[in-house]
Amino acid sequence: MKDVRPVIYAVFCGALLLAPFFLNAYWVDVLNNVGLYAILGLSLNIILGHAGLFHMGHAAFYAMGAYTTAIINTSYQIPVLWLMPLSGLVAGVAALVIARPIIHLRGDYLLIVTIGLVEIVRIALINNVFGITGGSNGIFGISRPELFGFRIRRPEHFFFLIWGFAAITVFLFHRLENSRFGRALNYLREDDVAAEGSGINTAHYKLIAFVVGAVWAGMAGNIFAAKMTIIAPESFNFWESVIMFMIVLLGGRGSIPGVILGAFLIVGLPELFRQFATARMLVFGAIMVAMMIFRTEGILPPRPRRYPAAVADGGGDGP
Amino acid sequence: MSLLQLQNLTKRFGGLVAVDNVSFDVPEGAIVGLIGPNGAGKTTVFNLITGNYRPDRGDILFDGRSIRKLPTHRIVHLGIARTFQTIRLFPKLSVVENVLAGRHCRMKAGVIAAMLRLPAQKREETAALAEARAEMAFVGIERDADQVAENLSYGNQRLLEIARALATGPRFIILDEPAGGMNDFETAKLIRVIRQIRDRGITVLLIEHDMSLVMEACEQLVVLENGAKIAEGTPGEIQENERVIEAYLGVEEE
Repeated sequence: MKDVRPVIYAVFCGALLLAPFFLNAYWVDVLNNVGLYAILGLSLNIILGHAGLFHMGHAAFYAMGAYTTAIINTSYQIPVLWLMPLSGLVAGVAALVIARPIIHLRGDYLLIVTIGLVEIVRIALINNVFGITGGSNGIFGISRPELFGFRIRRPEHFFFLIWGFAAITVFLFHRLENSRFGRALNYLREDDVAAEGSGINTAHYKLIAFVVGAVWAGMAGNIFAAKMTIIAPESFNFWESVIMFMIVLLGGRGSIPGVILGAFLIVGLPELFRQFATARMLVFGAIMVAMMIFRTEGILPPRPRRYPAAVADGGGDGP
Repeated sequence: MSLLQLQNLTKRFGGLVAVDNVSFDVPEGAIVGLIGPNGAGKTTVFNLITGNYRPDRGDILFDGRSIRKLPTHRIVHLGIARTFQTIRLFPKLSVVENVLAGRHCRMKAGVIAAMLRLPAQKREETAALAEARAEMAFVGIERDADQVAENLSYGNQRLLEIARALATGPRFIILDEPAGGMNDFETAKLIRVIRQIRDRGITVLLIEHDMSLVMEACEQLVVLENGAKIAEGTPGEIQENERVIEAYLGVEEE
């Protein structure tokens, strides 16, 4: 049986890599947005896809990362990309604090609370909390990122920054999926009583899933701030969270290729149909409904993990 | 030496006293059966031992240490594994992944180790996989390793649950109606597996309605009725016990 997936992935990566040399600045920017949402989708996928936690407030962590970068960069002129780890850290710590009391909530209850979370963050930003978020105007004048002395400013430069980071994300998250941690998330998604009864600290893993997802969303926020040079609360509204949620659901919960496809469909496709402006939301809705009926696991559901076949004498030592 | 001691355990659900002042000991290396009519509180006792419920009164000692206040996953880590009355597998995951769930608590690798694929993490994964396969072979379902759990026959799903419990490396295993839904052939195989578990040095406590299994496999029985213990002894003694015959086996009509 021949597996064509590696070929498809290679063609996709090749085409993507060459795209900025053939497309105009507008379309490169569309691809940049797709990449950014792919990263956000992948980070939400840990929480929603793997752990099965209905989290619709991911934009809150995205905002925290972006604002951390914006505030520190504009106040202290620290280079933007240096702030990426800090942006991730701030979002991660926030997730730790926020998620701990709500982590035991199930399904729709968690959904409601996380929707509340993203609204609280947005409104706090509008109200200029601590006088550092710039109110509804947001923060402008964020400096351009530099990488090894190269100043990243044009869309095609950002293309390589964003998709490079997306590639690293895919690489690391793929490993994470196929590990003790990734399996633990799947166990608690499938049946958390059985998972706990099998010795898995379910509360801990739910929390860590939130933290890992938030750290990545925070780092995506850093890139977003660098790309836009101006950020405002409206960039992180509830609708953003819904888009991320839809990317994961449409593409396939727990599936990396699925989430990337989801980002292309949800963020990229509407750009193709700009002329139908209002009708596109209708089509969008219809597709979502059709999918919930005919393909509940998403367009590209995850494939089962593969484990090496049994060794002859069952020896425990690896190569 | 008693591995597990229940001391005056009481659990109420509203007005219902589900478990009423129950005390018994499980000696190390024994196969003990917990029997009683439906609704006698057997599964509640199991849920108290494994920390799914908290007792209102009384204490549970495992190896001399109170486990009354520990969360379930800690109790598993200490060496108490269980299966469920209504099978609770991870139905969409493969058989080998289900068993690996049990290995989880004996592994260490976290997020960073997994992302970096450190040598220790790789060794641990390989070892866990080998141990999981060994447990599947032990209960005899190794041929189904890559099947999705929900595709197994009912009997094999029960065996898979046992394999997952064994993979946690327990000293004590609790089986809640392991023969439920099994045919005679599968039950006979199950009895062999239960004996082999004990021969590995693992103490067994089981709930079962299949009397042939109980009488054949168990060395000691505890009988519950309406949440209270009404008898305790060897299968022979229990079969003779007037109180038990009346409450559970029914009055003889011969």
